[in-house]
Formats: sequence, C-alpha cells, structure tokens
Amino acid sequence: MSAAIETGRHHRSYTSEMRLWHTRPQMIRMALVAVIAILVPFVFDNYWLSIANTALIAAVGAIGLNILVGYTGQISLGQGGFLAVGAFTSVILTDRLGMPAPISILCAVVLTSVIGVIIGLPALRLKGLYLAIATLASQMLIIFIVRRWNWLTEGQGFVDVNRLEVFGFRIERSSFEQQWYVILLIITILAAITATNLFRTGVGRSFMAVRDQDIAASAMGVNLTRTKLTAFAVSNAYVGLAGALLAHYTEIISWEKFTIDVSILYLAMIIVGGMGSIAGSIYGAIFMSFLPVMVRMVADALGGVLPMLQRQLPAFEHAIFGLVIIVFLIAEPRGLNRIWQRIKDFFGFWPFRY
Amino acid sequence: MSTFVTLVIFGLSEGAILALAALGFVLIYKATGVINFAQGEFLLMGAYTFYTAWVIFQLPLIVALIIGIVIAVIVGGIVERFILRPMVGQSHISVIMVTIGLAGLLSALVQMFYGTQPRAMPALFPTNSVSVLGGAVPANRLWVLLIAAIVLTLLTLFFQKSKHGIAMRAVADDQQAAMTVGISVRRVFAMSWGLAAISALIAGILLADVTAVEMNIVSFGLLVFPVVILGGLDSVPGTIVGGLTIGLLTAFVSGYLDPGLAEVIPYIVLVLILLVRPYGVFGEKRIERV
Repeated sequence: MSAAIETGRHHRSYTSEMRLWHTRPQMIRMALVAVIAILVPFVFDNYWLSIANTALIAAVGAIGLNILVGYTGQISLGQGGFLAVGAFTSVILTDRLGMPAPISILCAVVLTSVIGVIIGLPALRLKGLYLAIATLASQMLIIFIVRRWNWLTEGQGFVDVNRLEVFGFRIERSSFEQQWYVILLIITILAAITATNLFRTGVGRSFMAVRDQDIAASAMGVNLTRTKLTAFAVSNAYVGLAGALLAHYTEIISWEKFTIDVSILYLAMIIVGGMGSIAGSIYGAIFMSFLPVMVRMVADALGGVLPMLQRQLPAFEHAIFGLVIIVFLIAEPRGLNRIWQRIKDFFGFWPFRY
Repeated sequence: MSTFVTLVIFGLSEGAILALAALGFVLIYKATGVINFAQGEFLLMGAYTFYTAWVIFQLPLIVALIIGIVIAVIVGGIVERFILRPMVGQSHISVIMVTIGLAGLLSALVQMFYGTQPRAMPALFPTNSVSVLGGAVPANRLWVLLIAAIVLTLLTLFFQKSKHGIAMRAVADDQQAAMTVGISVRRVFAMSWGLAAISALIAGILLADVTAVEMNIVSFGLLVFPVVILGGLDSVPGTIVGGLTIGLLTAFVSGYLDPGLAEVIPYIVLVLILLVRPYGVFGEKRIERV
C-alpha cells in the first residue's frame, strides 16, 4: 500500500517500500518509455538505429561499471581491458570451437568475472590513487596481452566475427539493425532490472555501505573482502556481457577497440548519467553514444562559418568530450539522473519550491 | 659493454625527464590532494608553446623560454582556480575524472591548432656522438641529463630552504595546521599548480628535443604513475630515484629484450610493488578513522 501525496511518497508497509514501481506517474512514464522503445526501429533509419544499438550495448557496460564505481566506490580504469576479455572469449568459443552463441556469451561473462576477481585481489588493499593506478596497470597489461598473443587473432591483428546465430535463428542482412535492436533492447532491460534488484538485497546494500565508509561498514559486520570481490565479479559479469555483445554486433574486433580511451569513455558515461544510479548509467550511455553524432551535426552546420571545425573534427569531438566531463562534474556531479529528478520535483511540488 | 653504456645514458636521460614530470604530479598531489591525470598534457602543452614561440615566431631562446613559463603558470593557475577549486570536497573519483576530462580537452586543443603531424624542432643541444666509456652516446642526451639534474636540484633546494617551499610542505602535511600559522592555503594551491606546470614545461621541452614535438608526448605522461608508486609520494629524492629506475628499466628491456615489452614493463613492476606494498615503496601508511 502506498500513496503519492503532496508531501512525498507515503508507505504503509515494508513490502510497499521495497517494491520496484511505486506510483502511478512512474508506471505511466515507464509505459511511455516502452512505447518509445518499441517505436524506435520503425522511426529510425539504419544509421540512427546502429547508434541506438551501440548505445544499448554501452548501457549494459555502463551499468556494470556503475556497480563497481558508483555503488561500491572502487574506481576502475580497466573497463576497456575487461570488455576485450568478454569480446575475445565469446568470439573464439563461437567461431573456432563452434559453441552456440548463448553458451559462449555465458562463458565470456563467467571468464570476465573471474578475471575481474583476480584483478580485484590486489585492489582489496588499495584505495583512491593506488587503486586507480592498479586498474590502469591492469588495462595496459590486458591490452598488451591481446596485442601480442597471436593465437587470439590468428596473427591477423583482428578477428572477423561470423554473423550471430542463435539455435538456428540467424540474423538477416536486410533487417540486421532491427533484429539486433530487439535482442539488445531485451538484454538491456534484463540487465537493468537485475541490477536494480541487486540493490534491494543485502549484498547490494553492503556494496553501498563499503562505498560510503568502508571502515564503518566492516565495523558493522560487512565482510570487506567478500563484498569488494563480489562487486568486482558482478560488475565484470555485465562488462563481459557488453564485450561479447559488442563483438557479435560489430562483427570485427581488434585491440584498438579496447584501449584506455574506452575505459575513460565508460567512466564519462557514468559521470554524465549519474554515479550510483542504474537509470543514470543508461542515460549516460545514450548521451555519450549520441554526443559524437551531435557534434558532427553541429560542425556541419557551422562549417560555413568555421571551416576549421570540419577539418579538425576528431579534435573537436575530443575537446567537447573533455568539456562535457568537466562541466558535468563541476555543475552537476550527480549527473543527468539528478537533473531529471529535479525536474520531476519541480513539477511535483509546484507551486512550492520544495 | 658499449650497448650497455648507451642504454644507461638513454635510460638515465629519459628517467630524468620522467622524474621532472613526476615531480610536478607529486607536487600537486601532496599540496592539494588532486590526482592529476593531465600531467602528460601539461608536458605536451609546454613543448608546443615553446615550439610556437621559438620556431614559429623566431624569438630568441631565452624569450621563448620565459613566454613558455608565463603561459604554463597562467594555464596552471586557471586550471586550479576554475576547474579544481569547485571540486574541493568531492570524492576521489570525481577529482580523478575532472583531470581526465581536462586531459582530453587540453590535448584536443593542441591537436586542433597544430594537427597530429610530428614537428621537427631545431636541436637545442649539439647532437654529435660522444664516446663515454667505450659507448657512443648522442651529446644531447648528456645535456638533457645535465639540465634535468640542475632543475631537480633547484626544486629540491626550493623545498628545503625557501619560505614558499616550506609553506608548501606544511600545507601538504596538514592544511588546517598550516592555516593556523598564517599560511595562505589558496596561494600554496595556486603555486603548486604553477610550479608543476613549469616542471612539466621543462620536461616537455627536453623530451621534444630528444624525440620530436608530437602528440605522443602525452603517452609519456602516463608513465608518471609507475614512477610515483615506485618513488613514493612524499619526497623529491624518492621521485628522482623512481624516475631514473623506470627510465633505466625501460631502456634495458627495450634494448635487450623487446621494445614492445618495454612499454608495459613499468606497469608490471607497478603491480608487483602494489601486491607487496600497497602504499608504494616509500609511501607512508595512513591511519584511517571513521
């Protein structure tokens, strides 16, 4: 039993407080989002749909990173490397060993998760600067191994991935983007729901306790070692999934797709979206995926006035990217999610300020 | 033997440049608690401003150097005032991310104005080959070593003898205590960013002299992290030792084993150190309270 009244949400039992959906406006909004999500493949052409697909994959990866960084407070600069682990594992299992794609993706998830725990072991004793540098080192080492281990790419430097085939169902060329969109949308929704549910359980709560004050958490009986390692495992499971999906979707992988810049891009997603928020991860992933396209459109529009922008497009994109991170951190460190909440509050409390 | 000597000189000169870059990083970290991921970009910017003043505008060397220093200090001050000061009190992750964003912005600005093409700079130092202990070494490497040694010594003296240097160490130790004895923490913050930018400028110019003025200078900046872990974040001598060690290590690995491995060997060492000593070799263990 719960009711939304003028002064906020009012719960009459714990079960109502623990529910995923609380209020009618929330359900209406979700329904609206669902309708938009269903309409997208009919409205977007292939180009825009491909960006939407990358955004969905990025959302899964960003949710994973947010579990580690936003919810557990363990900074990670190793996202790119972990994506690489997921991507290469899944591709090699499907294409060379002939495993069905769902099983190989599952294997990729497990392996990335295990590697995350191994990387997480030294991280148990590290904090702040030291943890950031240790994960940076893990990123460098994983990419070095991927570059040098010729067996991975059979000496070509890249891997051509076969078209995805799930138990006889094969993605068709003509409706490639549309079919992928449906698959990715379902996976992203499942990922978001499982992650949201995770933070309603004791394990999820202990993650947040570690983030807020690890010493206090351990004094309250949270097992720090187990919690941090679980966080690394869970987070990397999502990242591995994103890596595997990325590999099967883009159908070509090489180490250049997983450099430190990718790690930074994902961190930027959760900063822009909102750290410690599942919805924020998705907003951030969508924002950062569409940002380069928007920048290109702006550069084209201003091309007549400032031809330099078009000539220096990659540099211009990078500059905007850096600027977005800085502006968000200074103006709204809690990201788009917080902005959205403020908008909701404004209308919810209107005509009062709060 | 001759390869060995050459590698030692190459390693030491690169290590000395690294030490200079790392010193700027340590300065900022100690005084303000900011983990500056944009150190490599400060090197890059220093190299390009000097290049612009000296080569493009054909200014005399000293004037170009002074312009470089002035611009470095101004940029350092702007960054401190408008980007890092609003971040005071935010979490580690946010502060790290804001410097990463800054890094992206700075390198993109440099790329916008100068493109990605490497540019040759006329040699600052004679490049003829000198024989040292039976090994042939380009003279500019020795000059780089000398300049870096002089700058590092000056900075060490600054920290130990001058009033401002001692004030900076006091702030690094305990900000509140420093305030109570009348040290302006704000001025110290601004000064440490300025000084860090200057040491990055010198490192950038030296690096550009032995390689070229190009975007790759940035990747050199990431090597700062193994150096500070090895050398600890507390002392100037530790940073110098760390820089020289990493420089020698990469030179030996690339000379005797594999140049590709040399790129990651600092990080392998780093992980090993962190496994054994989570606070680095010289780092002090902090006592944390709730």
